[in-house]
Amino acid sequence: MPHYEPWSEGRARAVIEEFSHLEGPLMPMLHAVQETFGHVPDAIVPMLAELLNISRAEVHGVVTFYHDFRHEPAGRHVLKLCRAEACQAAGGDALADHAEHRLGCKLGETTADGRVTVEPIYCLGLCATAPSAMLDGRIVARLTERRLDALIAEAQS
Amino acid sequence: MTSNPVSIRIYVPKDACAIACGADEVVAAIAAAAARRQQAVEIIRTGSRGMLWLEPLVEVGTPEGRIGYGPVEEGDVEALFEAGFLTGAAHGLRIGKPEEHPFMAKQTRLTFARCGIVDPASYTDYRAHGGYKGLERALQLGPVEIIEEVKKSGLRGRGGAGFPTAIKWKTVADAKADRKYIVCNADEGDSGTFADRMIMEGDPFELIEGMTIAGIAVGATKGFVYTRSEYPHAIAAMEKAIQVARAHGMLGVNIAGSQHSFDMEVRMGAGAYVCGEETALLDSLEGKRGTVRAKPPLPAHKGLFQKPTVINNVLSLTAIPHILAGGGEFYANFGMGRSRGTMPIQIAGNVKFGGLFETAFGITLGELVNDIGGGTASGKPVKAAQVGGPLGAYVPTWQFDLPFDYEAFAAKDALIGHGGIVVFDEGADMAKMARFAMEFCSVESCGKCTPCRIGSTRGVELMDRIIAGQRVEANLATLTDLCQTMKLGSLCALGGFTPYPVLSALKHFPEEFGAPPRRLEAAE
Repeated sequence: MPHYEPWSEGRARAVIEEFSHLEGPLMPMLHAVQETFGHVPDAIVPMLAELLNISRAEVHGVVTFYHDFRHEPAGRHVLKLCRAEACQAAGGDALADHAEHRLGCKLGETTADGRVTVEPIYCLGLCATAPSAMLDGRIVARLTERRLDALIAEAQS
Repeated sequence: MTSNPVSIRIYVPKDACAIACGADEVVAAIAAAAARRQQAVEIIRTGSRGMLWLEPLVEVGTPEGRIGYGPVEEGDVEALFEAGFLTGAAHGLRIGKPEEHPFMAKQTRLTFARCGIVDPASYTDYRAHGGYKGLERALQLGPVEIIEEVKKSGLRGRGGAGFPTAIKWKTVADAKADRKYIVCNADEGDSGTFADRMIMEGDPFELIEGMTIAGIAVGATKGFVYTRSEYPHAIAAMEKAIQVARAHGMLGVNIAGSQHSFDMEVRMGAGAYVCGEETALLDSLEGKRGTVRAKPPLPAHKGLFQKPTVINNVLSLTAIPHILAGGGEFYANFGMGRSRGTMPIQIAGNVKFGGLFETAFGITLGELVNDIGGGTASGKPVKAAQVGGPLGAYVPTWQFDLPFDYEAFAAKDALIGHGGIVVFDEGADMAKMARFAMEFCSVESCGKCTPCRIGSTRGVELMDRIIAGQRVEANLATLTDLCQTMKLGSLCALGGFTPYPVLSALKHFPEEFGAPPRRLEAAE
């Protein structure tokens, strides 16, 4: 399970300044912020705008454009199910329905107890051993209902 | 128990696919079983051979060569040791020499020649297997002749558009600027494709070499590999290889002792499919929203940070070392028509023997799906194959005589794209797949042009009505009209090609949309 730090302006500044020397540093900075705090808090937007000498609106525009950047923290575990064509061809639809049923929430939502966020992902590049999933960064292929149940149990524990 | 001091080499892939199928657990089990027997083993983590249904494919170094066993699960390891697999002994999972397996023997491997064989982090391995021969020759030839070799090879962009690589390079070489860039498009977002991932994980030096040659050819000193956040293993492998290449003087100032300098970085996207489009990718690299730019100006004139930029796909750049080492004509000897060289084709979805199959252009889709892929994994009849990712057409079985060739596919309103084939069995609901194509486009649209942004949303609504059986004939007419608008009016391939899966599904399987069944055409 990933461990994230509580928000701290000083820490945030240190995290983003580490990438100041790069050409086109905004994306690496946003990834680093999310990796540190688990999401991209609103408070980082003016800091980035000032550091990079761009408007807050521009930073906000970038943060909200990309699916990866979270505005709110996710559940304690994140289960991503591949919903692209190759996984659909290999029975992914039924597995997604099964996961929603077992967790009691839809893809893109977090369980009421905050333990598991379940999300669709469009292609993990494991298309010859479909269907596939990712639990907190760990990839799993040849997913079956039994294997999915084991992942869900692990995420709920 | 007797101890054996002679260390035996065991090769286990570190490819993401192998890891997702349990390779790390298998490695731990092998190490533990060997320790219990006091048997010295050296476990080498390679890339994947590409026989992905056999992953994890464990290979043992024997005096006769490497012997493969697969797919190995953690629980099989003890039995493998008992059977004497360290000497290459018989076992139910034994496949013999991997390179002699029919799936491998039928291939023509250039780009993937080393993949699965070498340790991807080993500079020595890369050199020992012919690596950097292309760069050595490139340094002798100089920029003008490098581009001439690429021109002779007939190499066309492997990302999907099929644009001649040499023309792009020449344009950038001729551009005057204080800085130029090489950008590798490794944003492999198409479902059913994994060749970029596999080569970055299995032979990253090849991409480094290809980008370095490109840099010398056009006068660029900086390169970026833009890849996906969904590919953490590929990112790690690339970054490791870049470090190693720098340590050996093959990246940085005065590469390989020459007067040329070139260095590179890996950058990670953030889950936006549209960033696979080259101009959206450039904007994303610059730290902006990944929106598509209108062309002109071409990236070759005004690309990254408004500087002349070569932007090529991973598979284009990894073909380069072979073109330089063997000569452009050598490469052009493979293929058919205007599609020269080899194409790493990815066979995926509901298929028995899925994997990476590199071959010269000209092989038919039917051979790939039925003979090499072995038909469906489910055992049900094949219904169709989607070729070229989410923007590719559904090709029905009665068109499986189609040869893999840019022009032949285009003539049938289909596209090769990045070479991914997703196989569907008869259970596939084609109206649902058409709806999915529109939905995917609406979610991933960058929003810049109206046909894509609004058209895809209207497309989903139309498909919902068609699936519900509402005014089917009128709605199908509107859908066809909408697709035409998206095709002709969109700024990039996302909106422009989404009609391919939609219209191909409708054309070949109209009854699934509530329309009259198709009439057999005389030519088919």
